[in-house]
This record gives sequence, C-alpha cells and structure tokens, in this order.
Amino acid sequence: MPFQSDRRTGAALNTNVFAPWEDPQAKPLIQFQNVTKRFGGFTAIDTLSLDIFEQEFFALLGPSGCGKTTMMRMLAGFEKPTEGHIMLGGQDIDPIPPNKRAVNMMFQSYALFPHLSIWENIAFGLRRDNMPKRDLEDRVEEMLRLTRLEQFARRKPHQISGGQRQRVALARSLAKAPKLLLLDEPLGALDKKLRQDTQFELMDIQEKTGTTFVIVTHDQEEAMTVASRVAVMDQGKLMQVSTPDRIYENPNSVYVADFIGDVNIIEGRATANGDEAYQIDWAEGQSPLTATSSTEFTNGQSCHLAIRPEKVTISADRPADAINAVQGKVLDIAYLGNLSTYYVELPNGTIIKAQSANTRRISRRSFTWEDPVWLSWTATAAVLLAN
Amino acid sequence: MGRPGLAVVDGNGCGFVGKLMRRALLIAVPYVWLLALFLIPFFIVLKISLSDVELAIPPYTPTLDLSQGWAGITDFFSQLDFENFVWLTEDDLYWKAYLSSVKIALIATVLTLLVGYPMAYGMARAPAEWRPTLMMLVILPFWTSFLIRVYAWMGILSNEGYLNQILLWLGIISTPLTILNTNTAVYIGIVYTYLPFMILPIYSSLERMDESLIEAAEDLGCSRLKAFWLVTIPLSRPGIIAGCFLVMIPVIGEFVIPSLLGGSSTLMIGKVLWEEFFSNRDWPVASAVAVVLLLILVIPIVLFQRNQQKQTEAEQ
Repeated sequence: MPFQSDRRTGAALNTNVFAPWEDPQAKPLIQFQNVTKRFGGFTAIDTLSLDIFEQEFFALLGPSGCGKTTMMRMLAGFEKPTEGHIMLGGQDIDPIPPNKRAVNMMFQSYALFPHLSIWENIAFGLRRDNMPKRDLEDRVEEMLRLTRLEQFARRKPHQISGGQRQRVALARSLAKAPKLLLLDEPLGALDKKLRQDTQFELMDIQEKTGTTFVIVTHDQEEAMTVASRVAVMDQGKLMQVSTPDRIYENPNSVYVADFIGDVNIIEGRATANGDEAYQIDWAEGQSPLTATSSTEFTNGQSCHLAIRPEKVTISADRPADAINAVQGKVLDIAYLGNLSTYYVELPNGTIIKAQSANTRRISRRSFTWEDPVWLSWTATAAVLLAN
Repeated sequence: MGRPGLAVVDGNGCGFVGKLMRRALLIAVPYVWLLALFLIPFFIVLKISLSDVELAIPPYTPTLDLSQGWAGITDFFSQLDFENFVWLTEDDLYWKAYLSSVKIALIATVLTLLVGYPMAYGMARAPAEWRPTLMMLVILPFWTSFLIRVYAWMGILSNEGYLNQILLWLGIISTPLTILNTNTAVYIGIVYTYLPFMILPIYSSLERMDESLIEAAEDLGCSRLKAFWLVTIPLSRPGIIAGCFLVMIPVIGEFVIPSLLGGSSTLMIGKVLWEEFFSNRDWPVASAVAVVLLLILVIPIVLFQRNQQKQTEAEQ
C-alpha cells in the first residue's frame, strides 16, 4: 500500500498508464479558460488556462497568497471569475450557485456542524436532495465504513480526535458522490505521522470511488505523494503543470526547481558544445561545467544550472572519470538520520549542497568539518534553465 | 542538618492553612454579599407579607419585641399568617396582573428578539474594523439615565409628538395616532430599553461562528436561507435563549415603562406592587405580591442558569 503512487509516477513502462493529459482526444472534466480574478485592485488569478481530467488527483501547489485557494473557491462557486470561464463537463458553471453544483468541498477547518452528530453531518447533504430514507441510511453507512468511522456515528464532532474529524469531513463531502471533490489543505491540521498515513488513505479512497480530486496544498511533499499531476503556482499564474516526477526532475524554471525540494543553482553563460550539450562558464578561475539540455541556448546566453543535492557525489579525491568536478571544503553538515547534507564552500565563496545516504554509522563518517573534498556530477544530472 | 527540613515542614503546614483561609475568604465575599443584599431583605419582605396592615409606623403588625424575651418571640410568630396570600387568590386583580405581566413580557421578548437578531447578525457579519463602533452604538444609550430615555419616548409618541408630526407632514395619516398610554407604547418602550440585552449575547454567539460552516452548508446543497435556518439559528441558540431570559425576567416585574408609557388598561404586576405600597400603604399585601413575583421569576431564572451551564460545558 505505501507505494501506490507508482501507478502514476514510476509506471512509464506500463502500457495502460493513466495519462489523459497526453491524449489529445481526451475531454477534460474541468477547463479554466483565460480566467482572471481580481479583488479590488489585487489580481489573484491572472489569465489562467488549465485542463483537469476525470479521475485525476490534481494538486495546486504554491506559497500562501499565490491564488491556489481562489482557484478552489471558484470551482466550488464561492467566487466568480472576473474574466474568462470555468467549464465543468463542457458546461459553463459561472452562473451556477454553490448549492447547485455537482462539486463538493472539504474545508481546511473541516467545517463540521458542531450541533449535529457524525451521522447527521454525513447525512446533511443527502437530506438536502430529499433522498429516500432507506437509501440515505445505506449511503451514510457506506461512507462510515469507507472512512472507518462506524463506532463514532453517534458522537458529536467535539468528542472525536483531529484525525477522525478529518475523515468525517471527507465522508461528508464524498457522500453526495460529486463529480469533483475539492480538498483545501485537508491534512494541514494533522501531525506529520498521521498526515503520512492519511495521504495514502486519501489516495486509496480516491481510487475506490473514482472521483476527481483537486487538492490545494502548500506542502510539496504532500502534493508529490498524492497527486497524479501537480500545478505549481506563483502570483496567480501557473509556473508548471506536470507529473510529480517531471516537476522534480525537469523543472521549467528556477522558481519551480527551488520551490520543489532542495536545489543548487549555479549562474553562468552557456556555450554550445556538441549535440544538445553545453559548456557553462560560471566563475573566474574555475573550469567550465558541462550539461545536456534539449532546450536551445545561444552562445553567451546567461543561464542557471539546477542540480539536486542527492545527485552530487562527495569524495575525498578527484574522481577520475567525472565530467563536472569542483573542489571545496566542508562548511557545515546537516545530519538528518538517514541522510546527511554537506554544505561545501568553493574557493570563490559559492556554497554547494551535496547529499548522501548514511550507509555507515555516524562515528565512521568519511568527512567532517573543514575537510577538503571533491564534488562531482554527471552531464545529465543537472538541468539547464534560462530563467 | 535537621533544622532546614523542619523549617520546610513548618512552611508547608503554614502555607496549607493559609491557602485554605484565603480560599474561604475569597468564597465568603460573594456569599456575604448575597446574604446582605438578597437573603436578609427577602426575609424582611417575607415577614411583612405574613403580617397584618395597621395604621401605624411601620404600617403593619406585629413587630418583633425582643425586650419581652422568649414570650415576645413566640407571641410574634403566633400572629403571622397567610391571610395576605389567600387575599391574592380572592381578588382577581392580582392573578390577572400576574398573567398580564407574563403575557406582556413574552410578547415583548419575542418582539425584542425579532428586532435584535437581525441587528446582532448584521454586527457579526460587519467588517471586523466596524464591529467595535457598532458595539459602542448598542451600549451608548446606557450612558444616559434610563428614566430620561423613557420620558423622551413620551415626547416622541404623544399625540403632538414627533412621530405623529412627521407622519402628518408626510401625509401618511390625517389624524394623529394614539400610541402613548396604550400597550403599543409599552411594547415600544420595552423593546427599545432591553434591546442591548438581547443583542449582546446573540452577537457573541454569532461572532464566534466559523463562516466556513455556512459555506459548507451551501456546498452540500442548502440555499442561503436554508443554511441560515439549519446552521446559523441552531448555533446561535444559546445566545437567543440567554437574550430572551435577560429580557423576560426583568420585564415581568417592570414598573417604570408601563407607568410612564402605558395607560389605565395596562395591567402589570410592577405597577400593582407600587400602588399597594405607596397609594394604599398596604405593605403586607404589597410584600405578598413581591414574594409571589419572586417565586414566579425563580422558574425562568433556574432555566436560564441551566442554559448557561450547558453552554459552558459544551465549550469545554
């Protein structure tokens, strides 16, 4: 169960991989068409277009104030786009009020009705549809089973734990079998361990029900774990929309590279050096670095080289066959238990992070503070970015 | 080496006793207050209600004469009887006045709720920076004497008053409306005077309410109105109950408003009480009226306390 995400991310070899966004024939469930949203003089969403497909687990990721919550509230119907349209299943939903949309939302605060029992909370939406009593009871019981809340049905929200409340909120928003479920920071209030368990539970439920999920989060790890695709947002614009692995391995900008995970950014000037290979001059007195890139760079164009710390190898001697190798001394070591991050200072003052797995006990660690070391990485390890 | 240890034990013992003393003193203050300002006066009134009226000073008999010792005390108690309470049941003025007071109080409470709830709702939904100002405006009338404000209403509601003048000037009516000295004026006066007691508890329960609850209700298929009915009203219920009791309890015994704004047909127990005391100088009957009024009020007061207690328990 812990590696269900492989179905989405690592399954490139699988023939029936779930990737409707790569199929030009596929009809998106949700379409943002040049949507702009302004609050007074502030532009929260800036001419944004985006397609989300059925059964996707789509994550909107970004720092607070980037507009991700506004996107979600527009989908729920609590905000109307200032310009542009939002389509749901081919229908323009702008004039439809929230209570008439086949969209349900799980609120960040859970918004459970404190005066109603867990059972009544889950039944709330079904009662509004005047569902027959027997069907309603069956549906509520089904939701209670799905979220493993059977024994809490008669309790009030303040009589259960935070994790249970989170599951009630999920059960309540799923009860009406919406076409689209919106989750606003659903796991924000849970502690780390519970959050990780719940992430897999969410994915499990999403798969079982086949509902399209759109999740808003500022936690990149959470987005990477649960989502089939991630949209990285900044200042009301989409920076990149792609699968978690592509976002991590092939960020399209320094912003995305920096926002997702840890990264070393080296500024320099690119010079073509063979087929899709570039030579980067980056500092006086340092030999140029080599990187491959499918994007075209003109000679002398300024560029940024993004290298993930875990792709940098740290060694005592210069590795004989390394294409990129720089020397420096260990400035600091961040010990994370399973990993250690070495902060290596180069002679010109640049600091490069290198990460390695702690396969040995800490007492037998090869490097310590002030040790001279060599850092090396391959030509394909780094990503060359224009901006 | 033993001495510091002893000192510690000593210190503990002293601290424990001292703590108990301080606690007892702290608890004693409200109880002494209650005893001096409620229980003692109540027993005096109860005693007078069991006495007989007399043209004397004080205007009732018997009076306790401790100079005669034990005989005086037994003599005193033997003269007390429930005659005045029996009298209250015989003359239908009294039970009619009680009933009428309760009826006026109930109607006035409902009216105050109808006026106060939208105001409290509006305050709670107002932008956060406006709320202190709005709160201030609700409390502001308390800065003037209650009596002056009721007199001001006489100026507004009388036949030549501002209200009639405006209505005549606007051409809505051709002859002045008689409002003053009717039950309508009493209701206006009560709603006006007691409005803050209704608004404040409702406001405080509405203000604490999470806005996303309404959005959640809408998201699950409620119209605005339905969400208000199914979520906002139940969640503000403790405030509504508190506000209603805070208005109804004092209004039952209200005297100033019915006597200034009401007419001869306005029958309220507070007015009867005043007349018994000061016009008839029948202190024993007046005291009996007061004791019965208190007994009537005990019921809503106990209910109110239970509501408050339930609310604090729910918050924990």
